[in-house]
Formats: sequence, structure tokens, C-alpha cells
Amino acid sequence: MKISVQWLKEWVDVGHDVDALAHSLTMAGLEIEGNTPAAAPMSGIVVAEIISVERHPDAEKLNVCRVNGGNETVQIVCGAPNVRVGMKAPLAQIGAKLPDGVQIKQAKLRGIDSFGMLCSAPELGLGEDASGLLDLSNDLVVGDDFVKALSLDDRVLEINVTPNRGDCMSVAGVAREAAAVSGAVLHPPAIKAVAKKSDATFPVTIEAPQACTQFVGRVIRGVRANQVSPLWMRERLRRAGTRSISLLVDVTNYVVLELGQPMHAYDFAKLTGGITVRMAREKESLMLLDGRAIELANDILVIADQRQVLGMAGVMGGEASGINAATTDLFLEAAHFTPEAIAGRARRIGLVTAASQRFERGVDPALPALAIERATQLILDYAGGEPGPVVVTGGASGASATPIKLRYARANSVLGVDIAPASIDAYLSKLGMAVEAKGGFAMVTAPTWRFDIKIEEDLIEEVARLHGYNNIPPVDSTMPLQLGQCTEMVVRKERAADVLIDRGYQEVITYSFVDPTWQRLMLPNEMAKALINPISAELAVMRLSLWPGLALAARENVRRQQSRVRLFEIGHRFTEAGEVDVIAGLVLGNAVPEQWDAPNRKVDFYDVKADVEALLALTGDDNGFIFKAGSHPALHPGQTARIFHGSESVGLLGAIHPEVAKKMDLTYPLYLFELEVQRALSARLPQFAEISRFPSIRRDLAVIVDEALVLDQLKAAVRASASLLLRDLSVISVYRGEQIGKGKKSIALSLHLQDTSRTLTDDDADRVMAQVIESLRAQLGANIREK
Amino acid sequence: MSDLLQDLEPLLANARQDIARATTLIDLDAIRVRLLGKSGEVTAKLKMLGSLDPDARKSVGATINIVKETLQSALEERKSLLEAEQLATKLAGDAIDVSLPGRGQISGGMHPVSRARRRIETIFRTAGFEVVEGPEIEDDWHNFEALNIPADHPSRAMHDTFYFPDGKLLRTHTSPVQIRLMERQAPPIRAIMPGRVYRCDSDLTHTPMFHQLEGLVVDEGISLANLKATLLGFMRAFFEKEVNIRLRPSYFPFTEPSAELDVSCAACGGSGCRICKNTGWLEMGGCGVVHPNVLRAVNIDTEKYSGYAFGMGIDRMAMVRYNVTDLRMFFENDLRFLRQFV
Repeated sequence: MKISVQWLKEWVDVGHDVDALAHSLTMAGLEIEGNTPAAAPMSGIVVAEIISVERHPDAEKLNVCRVNGGNETVQIVCGAPNVRVGMKAPLAQIGAKLPDGVQIKQAKLRGIDSFGMLCSAPELGLGEDASGLLDLSNDLVVGDDFVKALSLDDRVLEINVTPNRGDCMSVAGVAREAAAVSGAVLHPPAIKAVAKKSDATFPVTIEAPQACTQFVGRVIRGVRANQVSPLWMRERLRRAGTRSISLLVDVTNYVVLELGQPMHAYDFAKLTGGITVRMAREKESLMLLDGRAIELANDILVIADQRQVLGMAGVMGGEASGINAATTDLFLEAAHFTPEAIAGRARRIGLVTAASQRFERGVDPALPALAIERATQLILDYAGGEPGPVVVTGGASGASATPIKLRYARANSVLGVDIAPASIDAYLSKLGMAVEAKGGFAMVTAPTWRFDIKIEEDLIEEVARLHGYNNIPPVDSTMPLQLGQCTEMVVRKERAADVLIDRGYQEVITYSFVDPTWQRLMLPNEMAKALINPISAELAVMRLSLWPGLALAARENVRRQQSRVRLFEIGHRFTEAGEVDVIAGLVLGNAVPEQWDAPNRKVDFYDVKADVEALLALTGDDNGFIFKAGSHPALHPGQTARIFHGSESVGLLGAIHPEVAKKMDLTYPLYLFELEVQRALSARLPQFAEISRFPSIRRDLAVIVDEALVLDQLKAAVRASASLLLRDLSVISVYRGEQIGKGKKSIALSLHLQDTSRTLTDDDADRVMAQVIESLRAQLGANIREK
Repeated sequence: MSDLLQDLEPLLANARQDIARATTLIDLDAIRVRLLGKSGEVTAKLKMLGSLDPDARKSVGATINIVKETLQSALEERKSLLEAEQLATKLAGDAIDVSLPGRGQISGGMHPVSRARRRIETIFRTAGFEVVEGPEIEDDWHNFEALNIPADHPSRAMHDTFYFPDGKLLRTHTSPVQIRLMERQAPPIRAIMPGRVYRCDSDLTHTPMFHQLEGLVVDEGISLANLKATLLGFMRAFFEKEVNIRLRPSYFPFTEPSAELDVSCAACGGSGCRICKNTGWLEMGGCGVVHPNVLRAVNIDTEKYSGYAFGMGIDRMAMVRYNVTDLRMFFENDLRFLRQFV
């Protein structure tokens, strides 16, 4: 909310130091987000009167005017269509400086001298109406300095009012708060009741008393609705960020800003029968003042007459009953609607209005009658008219609040301070609370405008605010020590990240939502969870895998001339099965960075597999994981491994499918892996096993087998046939060539044999090897050469 | 005097000169053979001792032996020297350019947000906080209702929530993890809850996904003063500077009293700079005493227990710490940016 300091000063003595005021309000919880001049600097501008207007001989749209600037009458060439004799307007004299920095000089316009410039509002930084000169009201004195005459030497505070402090969404509310926190004297301008001059009234029925506790109405006949609002009012509205519309609308807006009570003015001639405040009925509709037609629901409170719905209560009026320049009689509304009846309704139809903002936070229930009187006086002052009596429908305003018990000891304990009960009482009294001290506690009744105060904690916060949060000391808690857990049963994600980082991977953080089209290129068969209200089409569905995000990051980096990309991310993927924490990686480019005098090659499946194996090795159970040929739509059908731990699938590793890479404009080859954190990183507690004191014997074996046979099958056959003496089994080489034959490959294995109780002999080794060879020949049809 | 001693002095002098002049180990060995070999000059003299009478043999023999030993040690000394020279020459030839870069795999790096998050976790762990995680797709109860934010509450407007058709939502803050923790664990509770959060907001200073850190302490007698001490200690540890903190009254439905947390600008020390927009303070998050409605929602006795909670932006902490000027860079994943953080 924006508020003029001058306006505020009408209500409270806040002194001259606006920065200090802003600071003390901020530290009391009314955060001042902006503290800016009410107008940009300007000089040399005076209030002037137009004496004569003659058409420019050589320009159709220009006039040559004689203008009285106070000290002298000068000739001004002016193009504004609204220039007329007797009008007062701002005159920038020769030498004047405009807010945009332009300095006014004597000029010739189409051959005629102009000694200055008559100004429009935007030229002075005072609004948007560029249709003509800024029309200065008649009470300004010709020759007066414009900046002084409009009191432009003002500041505007922009206040971030928190949702609980609806009472501070007005000059009156901020003034009260400033007085409470600074001790300044509050002097609200007197608002007197305006006596009726007619007996005109309009009947009001409240059918929803829970939603509308009170409706105050008044008929005013014979107003001149076409009046322009006085300049001072327009200026205050402008400084508050509200556009001037017409006198009657401006008055209701002014009262909202000043007192915080939203109001509405109806064209009396357009009302039929009487007002009913009720819930909307199914299928009812309304044309709002902003020209939008809306369908109403039965939880929306409306103001209706006998014929139609007139407006959304506490949000916006309707077009059918709205006032315009032709209005002569009007019906003023100032009602109290409860927050529950208004909250969320405006937002549902994409609206935020001054009224809805206030009612959904809460408005002082004591205000409606006061606001009606204030508005009546302003209307009478500037548009004339004969007011009828003020008619109050509904309960007594400001139903008395229930006293709340505040225990002094509790307040001090929650805040961690030691404030004397008398000081606590004093703090609360400053806020307008009625405090009845009772020994160890006080019974506190909040004023009508502090409807946010409901429980003891609310009062404790008020005590803290007035005491000053800054005056609460930092005190270490005396909580008992609690030793944390440090399990060895899972590998910490940070440890896994470190392994990848040390192996050349860069961690990235990609969005959890992705482009559905992009994701479908990699995961065409799974249904992604779609957001109802995505921020954009590119971020519309939840990721089914971290791969689409990594792929996008890789593609962008390749476009930024990165030829070697190794990325990983740890985060959630969101599938039908639920939300799962995964660790995923992407690799493209050379196996190692380009370096001097060393051969390089493209990264391959086994390079990346080594990285995955390094992760799995963290579990201390790397032998428990099996890589089996698998399939995935994003991956190359011949270069995909599904990773199992026991019978449980824990992840995937593979080369991207070349067709997928092409569609995604990705570099090929490119390798991807993804592991489920919980399944892949459950750790095994290491258990010591005896180390043999006896030497081992190594025997190598070359086995020629069918191409289709995988190493794991061969190893299993070797293990099954070798005795318990087989300590270790590793692959040395895989060879394909003419001498072996098409469709065949030669796998060289090395067997390490060892016993824990004696030194093995060559005979022992020969026996084992014979068993193995025999078994491989018989079972796999292998052709074997012992080395 | 025996004849044997007659030319001993010149022999010694010449031999010493020869040894000193020897430039190779081969030359030196030839000199050794000439002097001390089987038919060497000194050896020959020793062989002739037998012809002397016993008295003379003793004294002459001693003299010749001194000469022999002198020459032996001179030879040894020269040998060591020549060997050292030879080695030095060989090693000099092996010299390499040590400024050429090393070879092999190079390390990757951690995302700056992870880097900040890890430090934050470490700092709190040392003070006995446990680190707790929770789901990112949440239900209305955990994200709003249990946190004292009923439907149509005005503060829901501040949350710009992403919704799914089934009514679930992407958590707008890490606070629902508080609720989940308190649902399964009785006080005393001391935990931080870092993670991704989502808001339907995207501009220069907002990304639709960002990282928050939630903190929660619930026990008997926990106060706002305790909260202040924790936040002050944490900020000083994180920035490794004697920064100050400031709490400003504010409003969050789940805390009462509530406060905004400001930290004196770590960059300028509070005198005002670009980073703190000349205010001297950086807004870091919100905090307060846990609202009794929140404790009641998880069946914690509000008369017996009280607690404090805080929430801050991890990305924001990382931005200030590492002088990152644009939040969006964290999620663009430009390697030229990420590699700056190791």
C-alpha cells in the first residue's frame, strides 16, 4: 500500500524525519518497501491563467495564448485541445526544469515565438492523462510556485502490509501504528455526522447475516456527478497509486484509503425495489464494472435488488447499477463483510480490488457509519446534493471482543526475556487494548480494529513488537545433548556425489518439471504427472527420469562449444510408482580431456560402466550387482544394461539410441545412467575375512566361445567347476579375428588359486584347471587353450 | 735409512697429482693398479721389506703402509667425486619441463547450491541438528492446513502454488517436512530440512523452483531468544564473519510471534553496497515461535512444549557467499558458470 506522508501527518505527529519514521515502522512489522519523493524534482513552474486563445495562423492544431504567470503575461504557443480562456494550468517558464531534465527555452513554433510551455500531467510526472493541459482548480493563486501549491514536497511510503494486519491498509491504521510505536500524538481529523436534508431511503435486507453483519446505506439526491475531483484529492489518490476516475468514484476510493472501509456508490435511478444481501444462486451471472461477465457460484456473496444481482459483495460492483456522469441520485453503501465470505472469491476470477484485499484480511466492524458520514461530507462539498438519513441494517457495529488471558510468565518464557508486568500492560495499552491486570496475568480486550488478536500468543507478539525484537537477547537453549545417528547401512548421497565429482563429473541442478514433448522423445511409454497451472509449456510435466533434464543441459552446453560433457544430478523423479530419489549421469565426448602427447579416444560404454561400478562399490557389495542386457526406448538396443541387486532392478546404463539422439539434436555417442538411491546405495557392513599366508598360483586360460555368450555366463561356469581354491577370476582380453572364426570370440581369463592352510603345488593347480577345461568344453562347447 | 724410502716422497707427490688429475673412473682405476696393484709401485716396495733386518723392516714398513693408506683414501675420495659428477651429468640429461600439465582424468565439480547446502548441514549437525528430507509432491494438509493456513487464507496468495489434477501440489516451502517430522517423532526435536520448493513465479529474481532450508526445534522452554542465538551463530559460521542479525516483526500463519530475518551485509559489513541495495542488510528468510495451532495439529502439548522454526533460501545464501548476481544462473547449468565453484 502506498501512502503520502503529508496525508499521514494530518492524522499523527510523526515529525520531519521520514527515514526515521520508515525505520521505526519497518522494525514494528510494517515493512517500508519504498520511500520515494511524491514528484520528480522540477523548478520554474508556476500556476498560470490563460487570458486569450487565438488560432495559430499557420498550424491548425496550435493556439497562440496570452498567459498570466503572475509577474508578467507572456505569449505561449500551445497544442493542447483543452486550452481555454480563464483556465488555470501549470506554466513552465523560460529556464524551468521539467522532471525529465528538459530545460525550457524560448522557442519559435511555426514562426511564432513561445516564451515557455503550458504543461500536461505526464509532462510533470503527475499522472497519465496526456489528453490536454493539467487543469488546475480555481482555488490556486496565479503566480504561485507550482511545486509549493501542490505540496509536491512530499514523500510516498510503500508499505508491505502482512495478511494479518488489514487494519493497517489505511492512513488511519498506519497513523495509529506510528503513534503506538513512536509515542507520537494521534489527532484524527474530526468526522461529523451530516444532517439529513431529505427523508429518502432505500430498503435493505440481509439474508446472509453470517457473511454480512452490517449494511449502512444512504440516499443522496441531486448531485452533480460530472464534477472533476479537487486537485488535492486527485493528488492524494495519485500518491496512493489510485487513478482519478470521477468525483463520486474518487470519493469512495478516498474514504477506503483514509479509513480502510470499502464503499460502493449505486446510481439510485437504476435500483428496483430494495437491496438484498444474499448468497448467489446457481446460474446467476453478473456484468462487472470492468466490463467482464462472470458466472456466480452459490458461495459468492452478492448485493442484489428485486430485479438482478448488482455486484459481488466486497469485491466489485456491477455495470448495470454503476454511476456515470449523468447520475443525479445515488445510493451509498458501507457494509461489513466477514473475511470468510470474501476470501479467495476475487482471486478465483482473477481479480484483486481495494475492497477484496481489505475484506479478506478483515475490516474494522466499527467503520461503516463513520465512512458514510465522511463520504457524504466530501460529496456535498464538491458535488452538492441532499442527503437522506443514514440507515443501519444488521447488528450493532463492533461486537464486543472476548477478553484474552495473558500470563506474564508465559510471555517472558516464550520470548526468553524478563519484562515487568507493568511494562507489558503499558505496551498493550499503547495499542488501544483494554488491560485488566489480575496478579499473575491480565485480561486483555483488543480494540475493534485488532480483529487479528485472538489468542495469548498474538498478545505475546504484540508485547515483543512494542518491546522491540532488537531488544530480545540471543540466548543459547539448554536442550540436553542428543547424539545423532551415523548409519553404515546406506551410502550417503554426498559420498556418491563425491565419487562422481572425483571421476570428472559436474553436478547440475535441473528443473523437476520438463517439456512434455522433449520428455516423450526419451520416455514415450510412461505417463508424466502434469501440472494444472504450469509456468510455461516447457515446464509443464514432472520428470519421469533425470535424463530429459540432463540431455537438455548437455545440448545447451554443446551449443556453447563444450565438446566434453560429464554431468550428474541427484534428485527426485516422479512416476506412477511415486517419488523416488535417483542419481543420474550423462557423458559425451572424449574419455579424458585433450592433453599433450597422449592418444585420446571417444568415451565408451565401459568407461561409464566403471563410473557406475565405482558408485556401486561404495556399498561394499559390488559383487552383489549384476549388469544384464536390457532395453529402454531412449537407449541403444545393443548397448543397454539393466542393473540388478539380487532380483531387484536398481538402475539402467546405456548408450543413447542414435535415433533419439538425432531427434533431440544431441551428440552421438552419449551415455546415460540412472540409479535409485535407496536400492542401489544400501551398504553392506564390512566383515573381516582371514588373509591367507600362503602364496597364490595364477593360471591363464583362453576360451573361444560363441559371440552371444556373455562374460557372466562364462565366469559362472568357471566358478561352478573350479574348486574352493579359486580365489579370484578376472578377464584379461576379448579377441575377435579371422583365425578364431566368424561369430566367435576368444576370452582370456586369469584364475588365482590359493589355499588358507598350505602352499599349493603345481599338481593342485593342474587338477583345478583340468576340471575347469573339461566342464567348459562339455557345457559351453568351448574351444580352450591354456596359456 | 733404507733405499726403500729414498724415492718415497716423490712417489707420493706424483701419485697425488695423478689422482687429482684423473677425470674418468677408468683413468683413476689405472692409477690405482699402477700404484697399489699386484705389481704396483707401492706394492713392489712392500714386497722388498723382507730383505731388511727386523728393526728396519718394522719402521720402514710402517712408513710405506702410511703412504699406501694415504693413497688409498685419496683414490676413494676421488672416486666418489667422479661418481657424483657422472651421476649429476646423467640426471641433468633427464631433466623435464615441470610446467607441462599433468595427464589423465580431471575432477568435476559440485553445484554451488550443493556446496552451500553441505556447509549449512555440517554447521547444524555440529550443533546436534538432524537433517531430514521429505516428499516434493505434497498434500494440502501438510503444505497448508497443518501449518495453520486454511483454504482461502490470504497468505495462500503469496504462495503461487503449482497444483496437480488430483488436488496434490508441489510443496511451496520446506515447512511440510516439519509436520511430517513431528507426526512421527515426539519432542525433543532439533532438525533442519533442506530441499527443493516450487512457486508459480518466474522473473529476474524468481525461479519456479528453488531451495529452502527449514529449521525446527521443539522442547520445553524454547524461546524467541533461543532462536536468535541459533540464527546468529549459524550466520557467523556460514559467512565466517562477525555478521549481525536483525529480526523484524512479520506474519506467517505457522509462527507467532513471527519475524523476518535480516543479516548485516557480508559484503560491505553493513555500510551499504550493491549487494544489499545500500541498506546494509540482507533479507534471508522468515522465522518465529511455532504457532500453537501447528503443535496441536500434530498432537504436541502446547502448555508443556514450545518451539521455534525458521526458513531461509539456500540459493540466496549461495548467491551472497559466492557473489552470484543472478539467481537464474543456478539452473541454467552452463558449465562455464558451474566450473567456477569446484
